[in-house]
Amino acid sequence: MSFERWFYTLPLRLRSLFGREQVDRELKDELGDHLELQIQENLARGMSAEAARYSALRALGGVTQIEEQCRDTRGVNMFENLLQDLRYGVRQLRRSPGFSALAILCLTLGIGPNAAVFSWVEGILFRPYPAVSHQERLLALAGTARDQSEAQGISWPDLLDLQRNCTLFDTFFVSKITGSTLSIGDRAEVTTGSIVSANYFDAIGVHPILGRGFAPGEDVGRNAHPVTVISYQLWQRRFKGDPQIIGKTQRLDNVLHTIVGVTPEGFYGTFVGWAMNFWVPASMEETFEAGGYKLEDRGARWIEAYARLKPGVTRKQAQEEISAVAARLEADYPATNRGRGIKLWPLWQTPFNDAGTLLPTLEIMLAVVAFVLLIACANVGNLLLVRSFARRHEMGIRLAIGAGPGRLLKQLLAEGLILSAFGAAGGLLIAHWCRHALVLLLPARSGIAMHLPGEIDWRVLTLSGGICLIATLIVGLVPAFQTRNIDLAGTLKAESSSVVGVRERTWIRSSLVVLQVSLSFLLLVGATLLMQSLQKIRTTSPGFTTTGVVQTGVSVVAAGYDEPRAKTFQDELIDRVSSLPGVQSAAFARVTPLDYTAYSSTPIAVDGYQAPPGEQPTVDYNQVGPAYFATLGIPLISGREFTRADDENAPLVAMVNQTMTARYWRGQNPVGQRLQVKGRWVQVVGVVADSKYESMRETPKPFFYVPLRQDFEIGPALNIRTTQPLQTIAAAVRQEVHALDENLALYETITLQEQVDRSTSPQLVAVTLVAILGGLALLLAGIGLYGVMSYTVAQSNRELGLRMALGAGASNLFRLVISRGLALTAGGVLFGAAVGLAVTRLLGALLYNVSPRDPLAFGSALAVTTTTAIAACLLPAWRATRTDPSRVLRD
Amino acid sequence: MSKPSDLVQGTLDMLILKILALEPLNGWAVSQRLKQISSDVLQVSDGSLYPALHKLEQEGWISAEWKSSGNNRRAKFYSLTRLGRKQLEKEAANWNRLSAAISGIVKLKEA
Repeated sequence: MSFERWFYTLPLRLRSLFGREQVDRELKDELGDHLELQIQENLARGMSAEAARYSALRALGGVTQIEEQCRDTRGVNMFENLLQDLRYGVRQLRRSPGFSALAILCLTLGIGPNAAVFSWVEGILFRPYPAVSHQERLLALAGTARDQSEAQGISWPDLLDLQRNCTLFDTFFVSKITGSTLSIGDRAEVTTGSIVSANYFDAIGVHPILGRGFAPGEDVGRNAHPVTVISYQLWQRRFKGDPQIIGKTQRLDNVLHTIVGVTPEGFYGTFVGWAMNFWVPASMEETFEAGGYKLEDRGARWIEAYARLKPGVTRKQAQEEISAVAARLEADYPATNRGRGIKLWPLWQTPFNDAGTLLPTLEIMLAVVAFVLLIACANVGNLLLVRSFARRHEMGIRLAIGAGPGRLLKQLLAEGLILSAFGAAGGLLIAHWCRHALVLLLPARSGIAMHLPGEIDWRVLTLSGGICLIATLIVGLVPAFQTRNIDLAGTLKAESSSVVGVRERTWIRSSLVVLQVSLSFLLLVGATLLMQSLQKIRTTSPGFTTTGVVQTGVSVVAAGYDEPRAKTFQDELIDRVSSLPGVQSAAFARVTPLDYTAYSSTPIAVDGYQAPPGEQPTVDYNQVGPAYFATLGIPLISGREFTRADDENAPLVAMVNQTMTARYWRGQNPVGQRLQVKGRWVQVVGVVADSKYESMRETPKPFFYVPLRQDFEIGPALNIRTTQPLQTIAAAVRQEVHALDENLALYETITLQEQVDRSTSPQLVAVTLVAILGGLALLLAGIGLYGVMSYTVAQSNRELGLRMALGAGASNLFRLVISRGLALTAGGVLFGAAVGLAVTRLLGALLYNVSPRDPLAFGSALAVTTTTAIAACLLPAWRATRTDPSRVLRD
Repeated sequence: MSKPSDLVQGTLDMLILKILALEPLNGWAVSQRLKQISSDVLQVSDGSLYPALHKLEQEGWISAEWKSSGNNRRAKFYSLTRLGRKQLEKEAANWNRLSAAISGIVKLKEA
C-alpha cells in the first residue's frame, strides 16, 4: 500500500477502532440529515407531511442494516469480534479458576522447557558471545590432518598467510584459551584467559570501558609486549573497581604485565563454557604456552581462531577460498604442511570449546521438550474437551441464535490463546530462572568460572510465541472437533448433560491419553538408555586405576624454567614426593588421560608392516616418566617399564599398547623390534594393556609411549599413587614444591576419578535433563489419565449404579475401572514401544555400550508407566466403588 | 434496500467518484444528483449509497468533512482526493474500453 494511501486511510482506521461510538453517532447524524432533506424535498413537491416522511423512510430503507453494512466496510468487525471473544474468554476462564489454573500450569510446564532449551541453544550455540558484533557471520577456524578425524590447531604463519591471501573475509582473529597463575600483591590464583591477536577487540567490536584494546603490532616480537586487558569481573573482584587501574601491573605466570584496558561488563571472551578473565597479545605466547616460541614455527599448530565473512558470502565459498590457500601452503611448505588443511566450522560446531560437546545433548533436548509440549497440550485439550461437553448447552444456544460454526471456533481458539499466552509467560519465567542451570549440572573446577548462559532475546521470544500459537491451535481445535457436530435439537432438549451418548467423545479423549502415555513411555525409554550408558561409562574400566591416584601440575613454564633446570627440578620433585608417607609412586607424563590437552602424534613405520597404498599410518603417543605405568596401574604385558636410565643419552625406546601390537605386529611380541617415530628408529621395550586416552567412549586404538626425557616437555602433569586423602597429599606436595622453589605454584589437584567424571559430564547433563523431563512427562501423562478416568467414572455413574444394583461388588467395579485405565496404558505403551524401536537409535552419539533397543530399558519404562497408570486410576476406581446405587438410579 | 443489481459492481463507485469530481456534496445531494444525471434510469436506492460512500472513504478515494450547509445545519460533505481522481481516471478508461467493445459487438450485423 502506498504511503499516500496510508495518509488518507490510517486516521480513519484508527478512528473506527478507537472512536467507534463517535463514528456510529456521525453515521446516525448523516442518515438523519438525509431523511430531513428528503422530507423537505418531498414537501416542496407538494406531499402531505405524513406522506413526505413515509416516502423518505421507505426510500432509505432500514437504518440499522445500513449502519451494519457500513461497519462491515470499515473492516473492524473482525477485530472487534476478536476482542469480544477474548473478553468473553477471560470471563469464562475466571468463572472456573481451578480449571484455568490447572490448564495454565500444564501449559507452563509444557512451554517452559521449550523456552529454556531455546534460550540455551541461542546462548550457547547460535549467539554464544553476547557482546560480539555480527555473530551470524562468525565462523570457527580449525586445522585438519589427512589421517586424523580430530580438529587440529593452526600455526601462526599459516594464519598470517590466510589473512594476506583471502578476499572473502572481513577479518581473522586468534583466541586461544590459556590458564595462568595470576598474582596480585601476595595473593595468587589460577585463572583463565586468552592469547589473542592484536586485532582481537576491534574484530569482535568490543571496546574496553577503560583504557584501550591491543595496538597493531603488539602481537609481533618475542615477548615484546607484556600488556594485558582484564575482564570487568576481575577488575571488580581483585581491584575493587579501581578507576586508576590503567598502567598498573599484575603478574601473570610470574611475568609482569601492564594493564592497558578493562572490558565492558557482560563480556566473557570467546570461549563457550568458560569465562575469560584476561587477554594477552600473541607475542607473549611463550609465557603461557609450553613448547617455546612458536610465532615463526609453521609446524607448531596451537592456535584456535575465528573468521568473519564479508556480508553475502556463503560458508561454502569461503571454504573453497581457504582450501585453495591451504593447498598452496601445502605445496610451498611440504615439510610442515603436507596433508594439512584448514576448515571453517559454524559457531555451534566449534571443535575447540564446549559448543561441540553440548551440541548432541541440546539436539536431543529439542526433541524431548517437543514431546513434553505435546503431552501438556494433550492434557489441556482434554480438559477443554470436558468443559466443552459441560458447555454443550451454551454452545447449542449460541448456534441456535445464529452464531456460525466459524464464530464458535474462534471463540474456542480465543480461550486457547488466553490459556497458552499465560502458559507462555510462565514458560519464559521458567526459562529465565533456568538460564544458568546448565552450569550447575557440570562439575566445578577450581580457577575456572564456568559460563553457559541461556539467552532470551527476540528470536527466543518469537519462537516461544510460535510455540504458544501451536499450543493454542492444539488445545483450541480439540474441543472444536467436538462442537463441530452438535445436535442442536438434542442439546437444547436435554437438560442434563449426563445422558448424552459418549462414543465419539470417548474416542478422542482416549486417543489423546494413548498419545500421552506413548510419548512419556518413549521419554522414559530414552532416559533409561542414557542412564544405562552413563552407568556403563562410569563403571567401564578406563584401563588405569582411578582411585588412589591424584594428578596435579607445577607452574614451571610460568616460572620461566629452561630445559636443564626443569629436568633437575623434575627429578628432585619425584624423589621428594615418592618418599612422602603414604605415597607408593609418582611419575610425570606430558598428558594425563582424558585431559583437555591433546596428545602428540606422529607418522610411524614398522619393520614388516606394509601400509595400504596411499595411507600413512599415524599414531598418538604420550611422553611419560619412569614408573608411570605402575603409578596409573596400567598392567605391563611384557618387557619392561621406562627407568631413569632411559634418558636423552640412552638408546631411544618406546612402549606400545596391545591394539598397536595386534595391528602392526600381527599379535607377535614386538619387544626388541623397531618402530619409526618422527623419522627416527626406536626400540620397543615393553607392551602395556589398552586404556582410555581421550574419551571414555572411545574404542581401543593403537597408542605408544616414549620416555619423557627423550621427547622432553618442560611442564608435564604429575601423577601420584597414594593412600592419603586428596587434601593431605595436595598440601604435602605443595610443601615439597615450595621447598624446591618458592616461586612455583601447584595447579589444581584432583583424583583420576574426578578426571573421568569431568570427561563424562556431557552425558551427565543429558541424563539429568532427560530424566527430569521424562519425570515431568510422566506426571503430566498421569494427570491426563487421572482426568480421563475420573471423568469416565463420573459419566458412567448410572451404569455403575446399575451394575451394583444387579449384584456387582465393590471389588468388581474397582477392577473394572483399573482395567479400563490399563487398557489405555497398554495402547500407549504398545504405540510408544513401536515408535521407540524405530527412533531410539537417534540417541546414538550419547549411547555407550547399550543397544538402542535394550530390553531392560523398555522393560523398566513399562514397569514405571504401568505403576503410574495404576496410581492415576486408584482414586477414580475408589470413587466408582463408592457409587450409591439407590441415589444414582433415582436421579 | 435492494442492491442495484443491474449495476455492474464498481460502476456505482465510478458514478459517485464522477459526481464528486464536479463538486463536494453531502450524501443526500449525491443521491439527488445520481437520479438527475441518469434521468432515473439508474435506480440506486438511498440505502445502498451510504455503505458505498463509506467504502470509498475507507479506500482513501474520497474524504469527508463536516461543514455547515445552507440552513444553519452541519452536514457531512464528501470531496475527491488525489487518489480518488486517479482511481476515477482508471475506472473511466476501463469503462470506455469495455463499453466500446460491447457496443462494437452489439452493432455487429447479423447474418
